[in-house]
Amino acid sequence: MMAPFYKFGLFGDNIGLVVAFLVGIGFGFFLERAGFGSSRKLAAQFYFTDLTVFKVMFTAIVTAMLGVYYLSVFGFMDLSLVYLTPTFLAPQVVGGLILGAGFVVGGYCPGTACVGIATGRIDALVLFIGIFVGIFGFSEFFPLVSGFYNATPMGQLTLPQVTRLPYGLLVFAVVLMALGGFAGAEWVEKRMAARQAEA
Amino acid sequence: MESKSAQPYWNPYVAGVGLGLVLLASFVVMGRGLGASGAVASVITAGLDVVAPSHVANNPALAEYLKEGTSPLKDWLVFEVLGVFVGGYISGMLAHRVTRVVEKGPHISTPRRLVFAFVGGVLMGVGAKFARGCTSGQALTGGALLNAGSWAFMIMVFAGAYALAYPMRRQWL
Repeated sequence: MMAPFYKFGLFGDNIGLVVAFLVGIGFGFFLERAGFGSSRKLAAQFYFTDLTVFKVMFTAIVTAMLGVYYLSVFGFMDLSLVYLTPTFLAPQVVGGLILGAGFVVGGYCPGTACVGIATGRIDALVLFIGIFVGIFGFSEFFPLVSGFYNATPMGQLTLPQVTRLPYGLLVFAVVLMALGGFAGAEWVEKRMAARQAEA
Repeated sequence: MESKSAQPYWNPYVAGVGLGLVLLASFVVMGRGLGASGAVASVITAGLDVVAPSHVANNPALAEYLKEGTSPLKDWLVFEVLGVFVGGYISGMLAHRVTRVVEKGPHISTPRRLVFAFVGGVLMGVGAKFARGCTSGQALTGGALLNAGSWAFMIMVFAGAYALAYPMRRQWL
Protein backbone atom coordinates (compact mmCIF):
# COMPACT_ATOMS: atom_id res chain seq x y z
CA MET A 1 0.00 0.00 0.00
CA MET A 2 1.27 3.44 -0.91
CA ALA A 3 -1.81 5.46 -1.78
CA PRO A 4 -3.49 7.77 -0.89
CA PHE A 5 -0.08 9.46 -0.62
CA TYR A 6 -1.31 12.23 1.70
CA LYS A 7 -2.84 9.73 4.12
CA PHE A 8 0.46 7.86 4.28
CA GLY A 9 2.20 11.08 5.25
CA LEU A 10 4.20 11.54 2.05
CA PHE A 11 3.57 15.29 2.28
CA GLY A 12 1.89 17.80 4.59
CA ASP A 13 -1.03 20.20 4.50
CA ASN A 14 0.72 23.02 2.66
CA ILE A 15 1.80 20.79 -0.21
CA GLY A 16 -1.78 19.47 -0.10
CA LEU A 17 -3.02 22.96 -0.93
CA VAL A 18 -0.69 23.07 -3.94
CA VAL A 19 -2.10 19.71 -5.02
CA ALA A 20 -5.62 21.16 -4.55
CA PHE A 21 -4.80 24.04 -6.87
CA LEU A 22 -3.33 21.71 -9.52
CA VAL A 23 -6.25 19.27 -9.28
CA GLY A 24 -8.61 22.26 -9.65
CA ILE A 25 -6.79 23.41 -12.80
CA GLY A 26 -7.26 19.95 -14.32
CA PHE A 27 -10.90 19.85 -13.23
CA GLY A 28 -11.67 23.29 -14.67
CA PHE A 29 -9.74 22.56 -17.88
CA PHE A 30 -11.67 19.41 -18.74
CA LEU A 31 -15.03 20.94 -17.71
CA GLU A 32 -14.43 23.77 -20.15
CA ARG A 33 -13.15 21.40 -22.88
CA ALA A 34 -16.42 19.47 -22.58
CA GLY A 35 -18.43 22.67 -23.11
CA PHE A 36 -19.55 23.08 -19.51
CA GLY A 37 -18.75 26.79 -19.44
CA SER A 38 -21.94 27.25 -21.46
CA SER A 39 -25.34 27.19 -19.73
CA ARG A 40 -27.15 26.55 -23.03
CA LYS A 41 -25.07 23.44 -23.64
CA LEU A 42 -25.62 22.25 -20.06
CA ALA A 43 -29.37 22.93 -20.14
CA ALA A 44 -29.75 21.13 -23.50
CA GLN A 45 -29.30 17.91 -21.48
CA PHE A 46 -32.79 18.43 -20.09
CA TYR A 47 -34.37 18.89 -23.54
CA PHE A 48 -32.71 15.76 -25.02
CA THR A 49 -31.01 17.73 -27.80
CA ASP A 50 -27.45 17.40 -26.45
CA LEU A 51 -26.70 14.75 -23.84
CA THR A 52 -23.07 15.79 -23.25
CA VAL A 53 -23.68 16.26 -19.50
CA PHE A 54 -24.70 12.61 -19.11
CA LYS A 55 -21.90 11.33 -21.35
CA VAL A 56 -19.10 13.30 -19.69
CA MET A 57 -20.35 12.66 -16.17
CA PHE A 58 -20.66 8.91 -16.58
CA THR A 59 -17.42 8.56 -18.55
CA ALA A 60 -15.67 10.36 -15.67
CA ILE A 61 -17.39 8.24 -13.03
CA VAL A 62 -16.56 4.99 -14.85
CA THR A 63 -12.93 6.04 -15.43
CA ALA A 64 -12.31 6.99 -11.80
CA MET A 65 -14.31 4.03 -10.49
CA LEU A 66 -12.29 1.51 -12.55
CA GLY A 67 -9.05 3.22 -11.52
CA VAL A 68 -9.90 3.12 -7.83
CA TYR A 69 -11.09 -0.48 -8.08
CA TYR A 70 -8.03 -1.86 -9.85
CA LEU A 71 -5.57 0.14 -7.76
CA SER A 72 -7.11 -1.29 -4.61
CA VAL A 73 -7.36 -4.84 -6.01
CA PHE A 74 -3.66 -4.74 -6.89
CA GLY A 75 -2.85 -3.49 -3.40
CA PHE A 76 -1.53 -0.07 -4.42
CA MET A 77 -4.28 1.95 -2.73
CA ASP A 78 -6.13 1.53 0.54
CA LEU A 79 -9.71 2.39 -0.41
CA SER A 80 -10.77 2.62 3.24
CA LEU A 81 -8.58 5.73 3.56
CA VAL A 82 -10.44 7.61 0.80
CA TYR A 83 -12.96 10.00 2.32
CA LEU A 84 -16.56 8.86 1.89
CA THR A 85 -19.33 11.36 2.69
CA PRO A 86 -21.74 9.71 5.13
CA THR A 87 -25.21 8.95 3.81
CA PHE A 88 -28.21 10.87 5.19
CA LEU A 89 -30.80 9.55 2.78
CA ALA A 90 -33.76 11.92 3.26
CA PRO A 91 -31.88 15.26 3.11
CA GLN A 92 -29.76 13.96 0.22
CA VAL A 93 -32.85 12.98 -1.78
CA VAL A 94 -34.53 16.35 -1.11
CA GLY A 95 -31.26 18.25 -1.61
CA GLY A 96 -30.81 16.48 -4.95
CA LEU A 97 -34.28 17.51 -6.09
CA ILE A 98 -33.68 21.14 -5.08
CA LEU A 99 -30.26 21.21 -6.73
CA GLY A 100 -31.66 19.60 -9.88
CA ALA A 101 -34.42 22.23 -10.01
CA GLY A 102 -31.75 24.91 -9.60
CA PHE A 103 -29.76 23.35 -12.44
CA VAL A 104 -32.51 23.76 -15.07
CA VAL A 105 -33.63 27.14 -13.68
CA GLY A 106 -30.10 28.56 -13.45
CA GLY A 107 -28.24 26.63 -16.13
CA TYR A 108 -25.08 25.75 -14.20
CA CYS A 109 -24.10 23.71 -11.18
CA PRO A 110 -21.56 25.19 -8.73
CA GLY A 111 -18.43 23.76 -10.42
CA THR A 112 -19.50 24.57 -13.96
CA ALA A 113 -20.52 28.09 -12.85
CA CYS A 114 -16.84 28.71 -11.94
CA VAL A 115 -15.83 27.71 -15.47
CA GLY A 116 -18.63 29.87 -16.91
CA ILE A 117 -17.36 32.88 -14.93
CA ALA A 118 -13.77 32.19 -16.03
CA THR A 119 -14.89 32.29 -19.67
CA GLY A 120 -16.90 35.51 -19.28
CA ARG A 121 -20.47 34.27 -18.79
CA ILE A 122 -22.41 36.94 -16.87
CA ASP A 123 -25.27 34.52 -16.10
CA ALA A 124 -22.75 32.21 -14.41
CA LEU A 125 -21.55 35.09 -12.21
CA VAL A 126 -25.12 35.98 -11.19
CA LEU A 127 -25.83 32.32 -10.45
CA PHE A 128 -22.67 32.10 -8.33
CA ILE A 129 -23.85 35.09 -6.27
CA GLY A 130 -27.13 33.19 -5.84
CA ILE A 131 -25.19 30.20 -4.46
CA PHE A 132 -23.62 32.50 -1.84
CA VAL A 133 -27.07 33.77 -0.86
CA GLY A 134 -28.47 30.22 -0.73
CA ILE A 135 -25.68 28.87 1.47
CA PHE A 136 -25.76 31.98 3.67
CA GLY A 137 -29.53 31.67 4.07
CA PHE A 138 -29.27 27.97 4.89
CA SER A 139 -26.65 28.70 7.53
CA GLU A 140 -28.68 31.52 9.12
CA PHE A 141 -31.79 29.34 9.30
CA PHE A 142 -29.80 26.26 10.31
CA PRO A 143 -31.51 25.87 13.73
CA LEU A 144 -34.84 25.50 11.89
CA VAL A 145 -33.61 22.90 9.40
CA SER A 146 -30.97 21.04 11.41
CA GLY A 147 -33.47 18.32 12.39
CA PHE A 148 -34.13 17.40 8.78
CA TYR A 149 -30.48 17.97 7.80
CA ASN A 150 -29.46 15.24 10.27
CA ALA A 151 -32.41 12.93 9.58
CA THR A 152 -31.99 9.29 8.43
CA PRO A 153 -28.26 8.97 9.23
CA MET A 154 -26.86 5.78 7.73
CA GLY A 155 -23.14 6.33 8.21
CA GLN A 156 -20.58 5.64 5.52
CA LEU A 157 -22.53 3.40 3.22
CA THR A 158 -21.58 1.97 -0.18
CA LEU A 159 -23.71 0.26 -2.81
CA PRO A 160 -21.91 -3.08 -2.24
CA GLN A 161 -23.00 -2.86 1.42
CA VAL A 162 -26.60 -1.99 0.51
CA THR A 163 -27.00 -4.68 -2.13
CA ARG A 164 -24.71 -7.26 -0.46
CA LEU A 165 -23.16 -7.84 -3.87
CA PRO A 166 -19.39 -8.04 -4.43
CA TYR A 167 -17.67 -4.71 -5.19
CA GLY A 168 -16.29 -6.00 -8.49
CA LEU A 169 -19.71 -7.13 -9.67
CA LEU A 170 -21.20 -3.69 -9.01
CA VAL A 171 -18.28 -2.05 -10.83
CA PHE A 172 -19.05 -4.30 -13.79
CA ALA A 173 -22.78 -3.47 -13.56
CA VAL A 174 -22.09 0.28 -13.54
CA VAL A 175 -19.84 -0.08 -16.60
CA LEU A 176 -22.56 -2.02 -18.45
CA MET A 177 -25.19 0.55 -17.40
CA ALA A 178 -23.00 3.39 -18.62
CA LEU A 179 -22.30 1.70 -21.97
CA GLY A 180 -26.04 1.08 -22.42
CA GLY A 181 -26.71 4.69 -21.45
CA PHE A 182 -24.16 5.99 -23.98
CA ALA A 183 -25.72 3.91 -26.78
CA GLY A 184 -29.15 5.23 -25.74
CA ALA A 185 -27.88 8.81 -25.59
CA GLU A 186 -26.41 8.61 -29.12
CA TRP A 187 -29.71 7.20 -30.40
CA VAL A 188 -31.79 9.92 -28.69
CA GLU A 189 -29.54 12.69 -30.03
CA LYS A 190 -29.86 11.34 -33.58
CA ARG A 191 -33.63 11.10 -33.26
CA MET A 192 -33.88 14.68 -31.92
CA ALA A 193 -31.64 16.00 -34.69
CA ALA A 194 -33.77 14.25 -37.32
CA ARG A 195 -36.96 15.67 -35.79
CA GLN A 196 -35.53 19.18 -35.75
CA ALA A 197 -34.42 18.81 -39.38
CA GLU A 198 -37.98 17.85 -40.35
CA ALA A 199 -39.55 20.75 -38.46
CA MET B 1 -22.87 33.30 -29.09
CA GLU B 2 -19.08 32.90 -29.25
CA SER B 3 -16.71 34.77 -31.48
CA LYS B 4 -16.16 33.33 -34.93
CA SER B 5 -12.84 31.74 -34.12
CA ALA B 6 -14.22 29.72 -31.18
CA GLN B 7 -13.11 26.11 -31.57
CA PRO B 8 -15.50 23.18 -31.19
CA TYR B 9 -15.65 21.39 -27.85
CA TRP B 10 -13.88 18.09 -27.34
CA ASN B 11 -15.55 14.77 -27.85
CA PRO B 12 -17.54 14.22 -24.61
CA TYR B 13 -16.03 10.79 -24.00
CA VAL B 14 -12.48 12.17 -24.32
CA ALA B 15 -13.27 15.06 -21.96
CA GLY B 16 -14.95 12.58 -19.60
CA VAL B 17 -11.87 10.35 -19.45
CA GLY B 18 -9.75 13.44 -18.73
CA LEU B 19 -12.11 14.48 -15.95
CA GLY B 20 -12.13 10.94 -14.55
CA LEU B 21 -8.32 10.82 -14.50
CA VAL B 22 -8.19 14.13 -12.60
CA LEU B 23 -10.65 12.68 -10.07
CA LEU B 24 -8.61 9.47 -9.84
CA ALA B 25 -5.43 11.48 -9.30
CA SER B 26 -7.14 13.33 -6.46
CA PHE B 27 -8.12 10.02 -4.84
CA VAL B 28 -4.61 8.58 -5.23
CA VAL B 29 -2.68 11.66 -4.13
CA MET B 30 -5.01 13.17 -1.50
CA GLY B 31 -7.48 10.43 -0.54
CA ARG B 32 -10.40 12.69 -1.36
CA GLY B 33 -12.39 13.72 -4.41
CA LEU B 34 -13.45 16.98 -6.00
CA GLY B 35 -15.82 19.66 -4.75
CA ALA B 36 -17.18 23.13 -5.38
CA SER B 37 -20.01 24.25 -3.08
CA GLY B 38 -17.96 23.62 0.08
CA ALA B 39 -15.54 26.37 -0.95
CA VAL B 40 -18.39 28.88 -0.98
CA ALA B 41 -19.27 27.95 2.60
CA SER B 42 -15.63 28.51 3.62
CA VAL B 43 -15.58 31.95 1.99
CA ILE B 44 -18.87 32.93 3.70
CA THR B 45 -17.53 31.72 7.05
CA ALA B 46 -14.29 33.66 6.59
CA GLY B 47 -16.21 36.84 5.75
CA LEU B 48 -18.64 36.56 8.64
CA ASP B 49 -15.83 35.64 11.03
CA VAL B 50 -14.34 39.10 10.43
CA VAL B 51 -17.55 41.06 11.13
CA ALA B 52 -19.31 38.78 13.65
CA PRO B 53 -17.00 36.10 15.10
CA SER B 54 -19.31 35.12 17.98
CA HIS B 55 -22.20 34.65 15.53
CA VAL B 56 -20.04 32.21 13.54
CA ALA B 57 -18.87 30.35 16.63
CA ASN B 58 -22.45 29.83 17.79
CA ASN B 59 -23.73 28.57 14.44
CA PRO B 60 -22.79 24.92 13.82
CA ALA B 61 -23.44 25.26 10.07
CA LEU B 62 -20.69 27.91 9.92
CA ALA B 63 -18.44 26.81 12.78
CA GLU B 64 -17.63 23.54 11.00
CA TYR B 65 -15.68 25.58 8.43
CA LEU B 66 -13.53 27.35 11.03
CA LYS B 67 -9.87 26.30 11.28
CA GLU B 68 -7.86 26.29 14.43
CA GLY B 69 -5.21 29.02 14.37
CA THR B 70 -5.68 29.94 10.73
CA SER B 71 -8.17 31.40 8.26
CA PRO B 72 -11.11 29.32 6.96
CA LEU B 73 -9.76 30.25 3.54
CA LYS B 74 -6.69 28.06 4.01
CA ASP B 75 -8.80 25.16 2.94
CA TRP B 76 -8.34 22.37 0.39
CA LEU B 77 -11.57 23.07 -1.48
CA VAL B 78 -10.94 26.83 -1.61
CA PHE B 79 -7.58 26.23 -3.33
CA GLU B 80 -9.12 23.60 -5.60
CA VAL B 81 -11.89 25.97 -6.72
CA LEU B 82 -9.32 28.72 -7.39
CA GLY B 83 -7.68 26.15 -9.68
CA VAL B 84 -11.01 25.48 -11.41
CA PHE B 85 -11.22 29.16 -12.37
CA VAL B 86 -7.66 29.10 -13.69
CA GLY B 87 -8.07 25.79 -15.55
CA GLY B 88 -11.37 26.90 -17.07
CA TYR B 89 -9.80 30.15 -18.22
CA ILE B 90 -6.75 28.40 -19.73
CA SER B 91 -8.95 26.00 -21.70
CA GLY B 92 -11.36 28.73 -22.81
CA MET B 93 -8.55 31.08 -23.81
CA LEU B 94 -6.70 28.42 -25.85
CA ALA B 95 -9.92 27.62 -27.72
CA HIS B 96 -10.96 31.29 -28.13
CA ARG B 97 -14.09 30.74 -26.09
CA VAL B 98 -13.69 33.56 -23.54
CA THR B 99 -16.53 36.00 -24.33
CA ARG B 100 -18.43 38.39 -22.11
CA VAL B 101 -21.99 37.27 -22.73
CA VAL B 102 -25.27 36.33 -21.06
CA GLU B 103 -26.19 32.85 -22.28
CA LYS B 104 -29.92 32.33 -22.90
CA GLY B 105 -32.44 31.05 -25.38
CA PRO B 106 -33.80 33.39 -28.08
CA HIS B 107 -37.20 33.89 -26.41
CA ILE B 108 -36.24 35.39 -23.05
CA SER B 109 -34.98 38.87 -22.16
CA THR B 110 -31.57 39.32 -20.54
CA PRO B 111 -32.94 40.69 -17.22
CA ARG B 112 -35.35 37.77 -16.91
CA ARG B 113 -32.58 35.30 -17.68
CA LEU B 114 -30.43 36.86 -14.95
CA VAL B 115 -33.29 36.63 -12.43
CA PHE B 116 -33.60 32.93 -13.25
CA ALA B 117 -29.82 32.50 -12.94
CA PHE B 118 -29.94 34.08 -9.48
CA VAL B 119 -32.91 31.98 -8.32
CA GLY B 120 -31.24 28.86 -9.70
CA GLY B 121 -28.11 29.74 -7.74
CA VAL B 122 -30.05 30.14 -4.49
CA LEU B 123 -31.68 26.73 -5.05
CA MET B 124 -28.24 25.25 -5.80
CA GLY B 125 -26.82 26.62 -2.56
CA VAL B 126 -29.70 25.32 -0.44
CA GLY B 127 -29.78 21.95 -2.23
CA ALA B 128 -26.01 21.46 -1.94
CA LYS B 129 -26.17 22.16 1.81
CA PHE B 130 -28.96 19.65 2.44
CA ALA B 131 -27.22 17.05 0.29
CA ARG B 132 -23.77 17.67 1.86
CA GLY B 133 -22.30 18.33 -1.57
CA CYS B 134 -23.08 19.24 -5.16
CA THR B 135 -22.58 17.69 -8.57
CA SER B 136 -18.80 17.58 -7.99
CA GLY B 137 -18.55 16.47 -4.38
CA GLN B 138 -21.51 14.09 -4.38
CA ALA B 139 -22.41 12.96 -7.90
CA LEU B 140 -18.92 12.68 -9.44
CA THR B 141 -16.83 11.85 -6.38
CA GLY B 142 -19.36 9.69 -4.55
CA GLY B 143 -20.51 8.15 -7.82
CA ALA B 144 -17.01 6.81 -8.54
CA LEU B 145 -16.72 5.48 -4.96
CA LEU B 146 -20.13 3.73 -5.19
CA ASN B 147 -21.33 5.85 -2.26
CA ALA B 148 -25.00 4.94 -1.65
CA GLY B 149 -26.15 8.46 -0.71
CA SER B 150 -24.35 9.96 -3.70
CA TRP B 151 -26.16 7.69 -6.15
CA ALA B 152 -29.52 8.55 -4.56
CA PHE B 153 -28.56 12.23 -4.81
CA MET B 154 -27.49 11.93 -8.44
CA ILE B 155 -30.72 10.28 -9.54
CA MET B 156 -32.71 13.00 -7.75
CA VAL B 157 -30.71 15.79 -9.44
CA PHE B 158 -31.74 14.49 -12.84
CA ALA B 159 -35.32 13.92 -11.60
CA GLY B 160 -35.57 17.50 -10.27
CA ALA B 161 -34.13 19.01 -13.43
CA TYR B 162 -36.31 17.00 -15.83
CA ALA B 163 -39.40 17.74 -13.71
CA LEU B 164 -38.91 21.49 -14.20
CA ALA B 165 -37.61 21.31 -17.79
CA TYR B 166 -41.02 21.83 -19.39
CA PRO B 167 -42.05 24.97 -17.43
CA MET B 168 -38.50 26.32 -17.94
CA ARG B 169 -38.41 25.71 -21.72
CA ARG B 170 -38.99 29.38 -22.67
CA GLN B 171 -35.66 30.22 -21.10
CA TRP B 172 -33.60 27.79 -23.18
CA LEU B 173 -35.36 26.78 -26.40
